[in-house]
Amino acid sequence: MHPRLLPYLLLLPAAFFLCVFFLYPFFLVAWQAFFTDAGEYTTEFFSEMLGHWKFEGALKNTLILTLIVVPIQTALALFMATLVSGMKKGRDIALYIWTIPLGISDLAAGIIWLAIFEQTGFLNSFLYTLGLIDQPQTFLGYQSKTTIFVAIVLAEVWRATAIMLVILVAGMGLIPKEYYECADVFGASRWKQFTRITLPLLKPSLQTALILRVILAFEVFAVVVTLGGTNLPVLMSEIYVWQFDLRDAHVAAAYAMVVLAISILCTLVIMWALRTPKEARI
Amino acid sequence: MTPVTLLSRGAVVLLCCWVLLPIYLLIVNTFSSQADVSGFPKNLIPPMDTENVEFFMGYFGVGKALLSSLKVAAITMILSIGAGAPAGYALSRFDFRGKNLFRVFVLMTRAFPLPLLALPLAVMYIRIGLDDSVLGLAIIHTVLALPFAVLITYSLFSGIPIELEEAAWTLGCNRFQAFVKVIFPLVLPGIAASAVFAFVISWNEVFAAAVLTIENRTLPAFLLQSLGTSPLHLKFAGGAVMVVPALVFIFLVRKYLFSMWGIANR
Amino acid sequence: MAEINIKQVAKRFGKTQALHSIDLNVEDQEFLVLLGASGCGKTTLLRIIAGLETASDGEVWIGGKRIDKLRPKDRGIAMVFQNYAVFPHLTVFENIAFGLRMQKLDQSTIDKRVKRTSELMHIDSLLERYSGQLSGGQRQRVAVARALATEPSVLLMDEPLSNLDALLRMEMRAELKTVLAESKTTTVYVTHDQVEAMSMADRIAVMHEGEIVQSASAIEVYRDPATQFVGSFIGNPPMNFLNAKSSGNGEWNIEGLLLQGPSDRTAIQFAIRPEDLQLCGVKSSTESNTDQLIEPDKLHATVRVIEPLGSHKLASCKVGDALFRVVLDSDSSVSAGDVLALKPLPDRVRWFDPESNKAMA
Repeated sequence: MHPRLLPYLLLLPAAFFLCVFFLYPFFLVAWQAFFTDAGEYTTEFFSEMLGHWKFEGALKNTLILTLIVVPIQTALALFMATLVSGMKKGRDIALYIWTIPLGISDLAAGIIWLAIFEQTGFLNSFLYTLGLIDQPQTFLGYQSKTTIFVAIVLAEVWRATAIMLVILVAGMGLIPKEYYECADVFGASRWKQFTRITLPLLKPSLQTALILRVILAFEVFAVVVTLGGTNLPVLMSEIYVWQFDLRDAHVAAAYAMVVLAISILCTLVIMWALRTPKEARI
Repeated sequence: MTPVTLLSRGAVVLLCCWVLLPIYLLIVNTFSSQADVSGFPKNLIPPMDTENVEFFMGYFGVGKALLSSLKVAAITMILSIGAGAPAGYALSRFDFRGKNLFRVFVLMTRAFPLPLLALPLAVMYIRIGLDDSVLGLAIIHTVLALPFAVLITYSLFSGIPIELEEAAWTLGCNRFQAFVKVIFPLVLPGIAASAVFAFVISWNEVFAAAVLTIENRTLPAFLLQSLGTSPLHLKFAGGAVMVVPALVFIFLVRKYLFSMWGIANR
Repeated sequence: MAEINIKQVAKRFGKTQALHSIDLNVEDQEFLVLLGASGCGKTTLLRIIAGLETASDGEVWIGGKRIDKLRPKDRGIAMVFQNYAVFPHLTVFENIAFGLRMQKLDQSTIDKRVKRTSELMHIDSLLERYSGQLSGGQRQRVAVARALATEPSVLLMDEPLSNLDALLRMEMRAELKTVLAESKTTTVYVTHDQVEAMSMADRIAVMHEGEIVQSASAIEVYRDPATQFVGSFIGNPPMNFLNAKSSGNGEWNIEGLLLQGPSDRTAIQFAIRPEDLQLCGVKSSTESNTDQLIEPDKLHATVRVIEPLGSHKLASCKVGDALFRVVLDSDSSVSAGDVLALKPLPDRVRWFDPESNKAMA
């Protein structure tokens, strides 16, 4: 066999897989959103989606959650990565503990925080023991959207900061120590070193981490369902409802197109905002 | 110790507690009796009552869901390594037309909300008879895990000097023999780690599992479906059953978590 | 037992031409060194012989057989790599036995060969160790033993000593030379280190920008460089070059020095090695009238820097506007600012054509 063909042959299984089960289904989703079962083009499914009373709330909730959660996670992950980069002893154990949530599904995370926020949960228990409340409070009821929101934000920050942390720690590992020693010699403070050396050189990693994280934030689902039930609709939970309870795959597909559209838009914005010319990389 | 180091030590410990405390609380709930779970106020030391876990494991459908979960995860592991490792090898060892295109393609899959694939695949599977099957779900989980498998194996193979392979060629090996005798033994632990990673991705996935399966529900799909109906103590036991393997897996692959992203950003 | 014939081998990487139509013959049992700066194509040429790189054009023959289409394993070669490429998951014994097992030799032959080569390389006490338990020098020995154990018809070495520290490098240089002379294997050895090249080679092929510019014995390459590049690349400090002005009848004026040279040119360059100059007088910088010193059979060099190097002193001077280096006796009391009167040894003077940069007869 010609040696030039070998790499293509090796790529074939993965490429085939991604084409058949990634590209093609996306084409199908778009088709389902825009065409009826009879194959006629229509915007009826989108109108139905837009007209539904829960759509606006779901979109708003998803976007607000993302806008709150992602900045907190970015700051926290940067802080954690910086903390760990200055450590010698205990670095490995700290990193292991901090990356544990990486292996925990959103569903399990939801259940974990349910144990804290439910009516007979640990938070109520704690407040009661301190004497701050006389009887258990309902944090996750249908009138208490704000506390549901807070609980979801906490659970999401708890669960999904780890993926950003991993990417940022790996990125910081690529920055040579000499740059910091050099900055030390010039008398730059820790903060100056962080803003003038770490952040600019970390841009490619930050870009990857943000794209990944923002897209996962739009996919938020099980945490919301576990903690909020149907009280706090988000895009993914609406897709689930339309697909299963209402049995309308077309409207579900229209929702999917919305998620896809804001995902792609955000990816492009982040890629543009954190672009680094190839020559300026480490 | 300067105040700054003291402060940062404190921050590290605090953040460790932030991660560990909720897991601890789940475990307290899991190993409490049913009465304790709904009791008030709570005890912070678990009574080590296994009634809950036993009840959960014996609960109708749990055993089957657990088995489905294991099957799906195992197939995902095999498929994603089987397709991902050759691609990772090709990316690390060859320069060829379209190499960057493929890399971008693989990375771009991460820029799409992949669970959405479940919707069209549900239709497609009915047509080809893969609906509500373990294999069908494993395939979509493979799409989720494949980019990671490609990235991890790419970084693994890149970490092995090409000279080792060339030395084997000059010593009488063909490409395949050199791979089997020299490269494979060296990457084996890393391959195992990326297989574990694929396993975790599949083990944890909820949305596609819930959309694509009815009879063959995996554990997360089963839990999600019964969220509304099952009592609290069951949810907690189920959560614990899901979390514990994750703790072990992350421990096993911790060394490889970081190297993968180091190379992915280049 | 094999000679190597390289016929018009060329290599292009995209638009860059790494090798321009190379012709080179290596005699049976010869030790040939490919010497050149990084990026000159020497490693590419070696890898084409090994089969790790495919030539864009041309043929490679080993022992009368055309091999450029064969896989590395079928060429009868063995190679020692710059970073040694000792397999980390195998013991030293298994590393040395690797090629023998691929040849499917029986265990007693393998044992015998491993024993012999490991004794030859003085690593017979390390056979049970892994690469991670060896020093750089020991790894180097394993790599050589592994290559020799297969009894190749051609041994290829790619900068095998460049990762060792200076002292160890000198030691290994001498040892490798002895071992390879005994094994009588045809060897092609790539290095950028001219001292290494000169000390080990039967013949040196100097490469520059994808071409072999000179292929000759060490002393010939040193004394009679074929091009200006060879003169300035080989020898530390390098050869001095000065422009000469014709004063008719084959007489040339080099910044005041008058010499008889080739008569059929209008422009020419004068070249001399720094150690081939005789110091005839020193004019200290504190004395004022330097012009009295001018004599037509001497070159006058103003000292800029003196570097005492133990065995000698190196003076970097200016002759006219050009840099000019002179090797002085370590006892000479010359200091910066002094003017030296130098007399070139007549039979060491070389002439170069400034257009083609080639040596003139």
